[in-house]
Amino acid sequence: MPVKAKSAPASVHKSARKKLGIRNNWDYLIFIIPVILYFLIFCYGPMYGVQLAFKRFNPALGITSSPWIGTDNFERLFGSFQFARILKNTLVINLLKTFISFPIPIILALMFNEIRRERLKKTFQTITYAPYFISTVVFVGIINLFLTGENGYINNVLEMFGIAPIPFLTSPDYFSGVYVGSDIWRNSGWNSIIFIAALSGVDPQLHESAQIDGASRFKRIIHVNLPCIMPTIVIQFILQMGKMMTLSYERILLMQNSLNIEASEVISTYAYKTGLINMDYGFSTAVGLFNNVINIVLLLAANKIAKRYSSSSLF
Amino acid sequence: MEAASQRIRESQGDRVFLTITYILIGILVLAILYPLIYVVSASLSDPKLVISGKVGLIPKGFNLEAYQRVFMNHEIWIGYRNTILYAVIGTAVNIALTMMGAYPLSRRNFPWRRSCMVFFTITMFFSGGIVPMYLLVRDLGLYNSMWALILPTAINVYNMIVARTFLETTIDEQIYESAYIDGCSNIRAFFSIVLPLSAPIMAVLVLFYAVYHWNSYFEAMIYLKDRTLYPLQLFLREILVMNQSDNVMMDSIEMDTSKFLVAEGVKYAVIIVSSVPILMLYPFLQKYFVKGMMIGALKG
Repeated sequence: MPVKAKSAPASVHKSARKKLGIRNNWDYLIFIIPVILYFLIFCYGPMYGVQLAFKRFNPALGITSSPWIGTDNFERLFGSFQFARILKNTLVINLLKTFISFPIPIILALMFNEIRRERLKKTFQTITYAPYFISTVVFVGIINLFLTGENGYINNVLEMFGIAPIPFLTSPDYFSGVYVGSDIWRNSGWNSIIFIAALSGVDPQLHESAQIDGASRFKRIIHVNLPCIMPTIVIQFILQMGKMMTLSYERILLMQNSLNIEASEVISTYAYKTGLINMDYGFSTAVGLFNNVINIVLLLAANKIAKRYSSSSLF
Repeated sequence: MEAASQRIRESQGDRVFLTITYILIGILVLAILYPLIYVVSASLSDPKLVISGKVGLIPKGFNLEAYQRVFMNHEIWIGYRNTILYAVIGTAVNIALTMMGAYPLSRRNFPWRRSCMVFFTITMFFSGGIVPMYLLVRDLGLYNSMWALILPTAINVYNMIVARTFLETTIDEQIYESAYIDGCSNIRAFFSIVLPLSAPIMAVLVLFYAVYHWNSYFEAMIYLKDRTLYPLQLFLREILVMNQSDNVMMDSIEMDTSKFLVAEGVKYAVIIVSSVPILMLYPFLQKYFVKGMMIGALKG
């Protein structure tokens, strides 16, 4: 007690905070424990189930007691004729997505930033966000209505110009194009929000001094705006890489049909089908685990590159 | 800045550049808007004209038959009811748990702050995969119940981090300190300081989570068996993607061609009927979610 009293005058404020803090800590647990329980059950619980990748699942025995079979499931995956195809499709769709649909929201944000009339800007933004709020099912429904072979809207228009109908949805050649194109239509506006937000943080004085030096609008975008939002771009890019193999399989699943399956089967849809439709639990888990490992490797690689060449990184 | 750019006269090059920008944005906005308007006008038109490609932005052969069929179908109503139910309960659970997690994480005097963050963030990048998740849901007895759609997705880590950042940046440390000195506990602080000050972030969370629940179909597809539990999206999937609209069309139509035409018309109408509520909601919430994304962007 006397010791405490001695140290108190040095910084009353600080010690008061510390003491009160420790005394009050227990009640934070009331808030955090349900949250931790959620993560333990629904996020770490399935991670426990990942061992199925190395097991032959027997429903009677459950996850823990099913027999180990080593890397059989993985050997089956790597040996399967499907493997090269699903890996290629996943990579093609993702690379297209990363290099075509990733830059568009940034360009969009830079363009929006040039509009000085606030009302116009807001209206335009409202319109570009709108497709994001359409559900995946409805979105794929719209794609179908527009692109089906004979009486789809686009082919009707092409017909007026005397062009033969294009089998957008029923040929493997067009799948990745349709996927990425529709992705741009739906998500560009929404994805631009984060860059617009970053642009609003650019110091106006930088623009003023650049203007005095005679920089044109275009030059100011390149030399002022772009460097200022670079950290945001890098972070978003890393996150995008991390999601690379996950894709939105919900959408691909809906866009798939027996005619385009050659180009539309990706790792995640394959995991769904082998697991929940064919009930091949161990094998499907192995496919999922393979997917996950590639994801993490790509994420870490992107993060490392970002760390080396720019000051920003995720961790 | 506004004043400055007016003082310095725009050069010829700048004006050209600006014009090009406006034109590009114009084209882009039209490209986004056109399909949406087309769907509206097609839903109000004679399906025969729609299929033959005669309908543009203005409805032709105005008729509401497709809407009548959609509204007469009782499964659409079941879907609507279920979706609203899941969205309301699900969002309430989401918000409660997200705020409960965000609050201690935002407090500097919470000792396990860092370790909890690591524990939560790992799950953003690594997951068990679809089969272990499915088995877990089944073993917990959630299969074929609405809780399968609510509990496994009760917290989104990204949203929780956004909420934490909001609390950290908007609520001043000194407010807590003076409350502590008045004998306030952390529980009390949550209810009388944090909740009243976090209306903007809760609006963002409501939007994010409600849109998620409204639009999700995959969990429902794998976890639900009874059609009476189906959310709207699963019925939409049957009509729009799998072309199984028999029950929407009722049985009275005999001729195959007219059956086909009605089915096509129904597709457009069902898109409108299911998307309007969420599209109506979002312009009002726009300023909130832009703010929310901004918080996420700056400190994400």
